[in-house]
Amino acid sequence: MRITCPHCGNRSLDEFIYLGDATVQRPDPARPDALAAFVDYVYQRENPVGRHRELWYHNAGCHAWLVVTRDVRTHEIFGVEPAKEVSLSEKTTGAAR
Amino acid sequence: MANDRFSIFKVISEALGGHKGWQPMWREPEPKPAYDVIIVGGGGHGLAAAYYLAKVYGVKNIAVVEKGWIGSGNVGRNTTIIRSNYLLPGNVPFYELSMKLWEGLEQDFNYNAMISQRGIINLFHSDAQRDAYVRRGNAMRLHGVDAELLDAAGVKKHLPFLNFTNNRFPIQGGLRQARGGTVRHDAVAWGYARGADAQGVDIIQSCEVTGIRTEKGRAVGIETTRGYIGAKKIGLACAGNSSRVASMAGLNLPIESHVLQAFVSEGIKPFIDTVVTFGAGHFYISQSDKGGLVFGGDLDGYNSYAQRGNLPTIEDVCEGGMALMPAIGRVRLLRHWGGIMDMSMDGSPIIDKTPIDGLYLNAGWCYGGFKATPASGFCFAHLLAKDEMHSVGTAYRLDRFATGHTIDEKGVGAQPNLH
Repeated sequence: MRITCPHCGNRSLDEFIYLGDATVQRPDPARPDALAAFVDYVYQRENPVGRHRELWYHNAGCHAWLVVTRDVRTHEIFGVEPAKEVSLSEKTTGAAR
Repeated sequence: MANDRFSIFKVISEALGGHKGWQPMWREPEPKPAYDVIIVGGGGHGLAAAYYLAKVYGVKNIAVVEKGWIGSGNVGRNTTIIRSNYLLPGNVPFYELSMKLWEGLEQDFNYNAMISQRGIINLFHSDAQRDAYVRRGNAMRLHGVDAELLDAAGVKKHLPFLNFTNNRFPIQGGLRQARGGTVRHDAVAWGYARGADAQGVDIIQSCEVTGIRTEKGRAVGIETTRGYIGAKKIGLACAGNSSRVASMAGLNLPIESHVLQAFVSEGIKPFIDTVVTFGAGHFYISQSDKGGLVFGGDLDGYNSYAQRGNLPTIEDVCEGGMALMPAIGRVRLLRHWGGIMDMSMDGSPIIDKTPIDGLYLNAGWCYGGFKATPASGFCFAHLLAKDEMHSVGTAYRLDRFATGHTIDEKGVGAQPNLH
């Protein structure tokens, strides 16, 4: 498996560090159901079979956080986006993934 | 069904009779329309649960359904190590029950699982690590588990060929559990399957679960590739596919599936007569009776349902091996493979009821499920029979993440790839 970093190009897997599911979002602590929402955010995962959006860090490269869309059955990668851009576009469109 | 009772007399009489009288070790029954208990997953834990459920708890009318063949998952893919060297109160009695069951298992199920208590040594390389292992060893001894602290000379007696003067990780000593060791992993699946079958359990292979039918919040049966099967109680023991099967009942679990690789070398003469772990270098190793060095390291570290990993981890594991024992440098790698671990958010397992009546969960074993097989089966059987948890496993609750009672041996938090 190799990841094509948008800044550095196609690089070996061992340059990257994995964090996890990129679809979970930190809930608003002021929400009335914040406690349950935080339990879900911290612990509960969809863990899908198939396409998975996930956060990787380009540790031995540009130090950017990336959102990688990958098939977890085949390790095929469909897209790599800078996490910053994903986050900004969500803010502007107000879309939750 | 009465299958053969294995003994020296049976072997001699079959030898004289040309080995024509051996019976199959288990039947291949067609699924019945309904069972009292269905266990989903014919791996070590599922088969052990069925075995104890029938034998100890007297439940009749049990089925184990398996999508492939029994033992085709992690029970046949692990590195065969057993140990009970845990630190936390929720874990120690459970794993010690498992060790005690291992010690009597072959007599209990009349099958040679090649249980070999050859000991396990966890190496340490600094004063801080030594303190941590002293603490762990003391916790074990307070619970009646054997533990022995070795200094460098003590480790040298067992493993003279280690690199003791590695500049980065000089070996200062190790924590040894003499009762730890290895077991023939496939034989565990086969022994439990044979024992369960003899008690009347239907083991249904090539039967993949495609849905879980619920009525008014209660699980009533499973949809499978071989048709619908009704059940009063359903137990899930699906290892790396736990999330996938639980999602059929609408459940989200605190689990990520990760791939862990394992390796075996070509067969060599007897070399390592114990199990040794080199945590600092992400490497552990033992030697099989066939002579192959059986070793492994860390998870690849990313979500995966592929039963194969990637090359950087192989390189990392082999570097760890070379740092610890340069003598293996010219041994060739024979095979490597991967298994899917149900990595829980605190690194500890879950054996509990679910929010759906009649649906029970046995999951989250991370990469430590093999050693737990007997106790996991025993506790799951207890839960399925009595609707309450066995006293040694009360900490393994599904709701412990919400209530703050996580059991985090490594202390790394909700980050499954670090456990």
